[in-house]
Amino acid sequence: MITNRKIDPVQWLKYVLLGIASLIVLFPPYVVVLNAFKGPDESSSPFALPASFLNFENFRIVIDKADILQAFGNTFLVIAVSLVGNIVFGTMVSYALARIAFKGKGLILGLFLFASIIPTITTQVVIFSLIQSLGVFNTLFAPILLFVGADVLQITIYLQFIRNIPEELDESAMIDGASLFRIYRSIIFPLLSPATVTLVILKTINIYNELYIPFLYMPKQKLVMVSTSIMRFASNNQAQWSYICATILIIMVPTVLLYLFLQRYIFAGVTNGAVKG
Amino acid sequence: MGNSYNRQRILILITFLFIPLGLLGLFTYYPAVRLLYLSFTDWDGISKTVNFLGLDNYKEVFTNPDLFGVFIHQIPYVLGGVLQNIVAILFAVILNSRIKGRNLFRVLLFVPYIMNGVAVAFMFQYVFDTNNGSLNALLGMAGLSSLQHSWLGDTSLVNFSLASVSFWRYMGYTMIIYLGALQSIPGDMYEAATIDGANRFQSLWYLTLPSLTQVIQLNMFLTLSGALAVFDLPFVLTKGGPVGSSETFLLKTTETAFTFNNYGLASAMSIVLLILTVVILLVQNVALKRRGDA
Repeated sequence: MITNRKIDPVQWLKYVLLGIASLIVLFPPYVVVLNAFKGPDESSSPFALPASFLNFENFRIVIDKADILQAFGNTFLVIAVSLVGNIVFGTMVSYALARIAFKGKGLILGLFLFASIIPTITTQVVIFSLIQSLGVFNTLFAPILLFVGADVLQITIYLQFIRNIPEELDESAMIDGASLFRIYRSIIFPLLSPATVTLVILKTINIYNELYIPFLYMPKQKLVMVSTSIMRFASNNQAQWSYICATILIIMVPTVLLYLFLQRYIFAGVTNGAVKG
Repeated sequence: MGNSYNRQRILILITFLFIPLGLLGLFTYYPAVRLLYLSFTDWDGISKTVNFLGLDNYKEVFTNPDLFGVFIHQIPYVLGGVLQNIVAILFAVILNSRIKGRNLFRVLLFVPYIMNGVAVAFMFQYVFDTNNGSLNALLGMAGLSSLQHSWLGDTSLVNFSLASVSFWRYMGYTMIIYLGALQSIPGDMYEAATIDGANRFQSLWYLTLPSLTQVIQLNMFLTLSGALAVFDLPFVLTKGGPVGSSETFLLKTTETAFTFNNYGLASAMSIVLLILTVVILLVQNVALKRRGDA
């Protein structure tokens, strides 16, 4: 290609557009950061800088009043238990679908696929009474039961991975007399770990951000999760922007950090699931 | 050996599929079927007995303007969603070209998608607040006080304000999907086009966009079905207000069930929403196939 020394207007326009988009993305969080550090006597103008960025008073108050620690504890527990089950079930379904020929394989995939287009909130009308009759209403098992099942995105990603694992590996293990369960556990499951890492990250973010399920099934104060904690707190404290901003920051920081450190996996998961799914 | 493996295969099929399919049946298909059944009844959520109403609930959904009519509130989300796809393709093309700092921009534009949705909602409540909000303050500073509005309090504006939050949150996600598709277009196709004398816009129009058709279809489905099922933002920010102007069909559905205990009607609404989602999917598939055959 010919190198061009004069300024390329198209190139210039690209940077302008990217700059504008970045400002729009950063504007709301920027204002939140400024105001999370403001004391009660400070300027209420949203753009006024706080007296000190080391004033953690709002955070201290909010952690206490909005049950933040309880919320993080419950959320972590729900995520951990759901994901362990979800990964086990997801890999099992995918192994069975990928390695065993049987009638009805297409039907099973179709059932998982169709399930993904049913708007989840609509079925809560029925699931609500189901959760009650199972006796798990107002317990952490309610969200866990709803999050633990395998889903089509996960199965699609696992199936792609399993198809890239040569079947000769399975066959040589069979010659050594390994059981199919052992092949799943000692060969397939470990080789799926890159996909598992991606899925764990994506699902952690999804469950962390889920609002309606904890709201509907765990009204009990002690069973607060991250999304419901800020909702309850904000509805009790209208207009106290500095407190709400502090809560927003506390809740946003964990997933944003997770994202910044593990972005490679997140991008891989999002594009894989969408393009090939 | 073959025999014992055949037995194992059956055993594995049963044990590995039993729980996952059980969960799928219990929490997806049983509720879907029961929704369909309840949609023909007047169940109130508690009674042991139900009365069969035939199609009355469906008649109610389509004739009561308070129910089906709220879809009008969701038009801004559709418009915002279409715009979101156009902007996302634009930025995906930009980030797929040779540009400095592309990873930084990619990370930055995607970050809203990662953030907790409720936190995002409250963040924008602060942006849109009439008296203390940052948007009105910004407009004031720029000497545009005439543009200051009660963004969430004005019945004609509220849905556009909410749709813009949705745009802010999902543009980067849509962009990443397009970017992934763009990166799978082989570079030598562009070289060939350049050798044939195509300029940048010609290769964008004749090469890039056609290769994106399938992904555009997927994203448009996600966007449109998302616009049909808007829930979180109005639920957190406006509770459907002011005076019901930001009610959405799904918000109405949950209110009908959980506030007014009319599970029969709510079930009919759920089924209608599900059918509309499937219709979008089918129409898109048919439209795409026809174009493929032409």
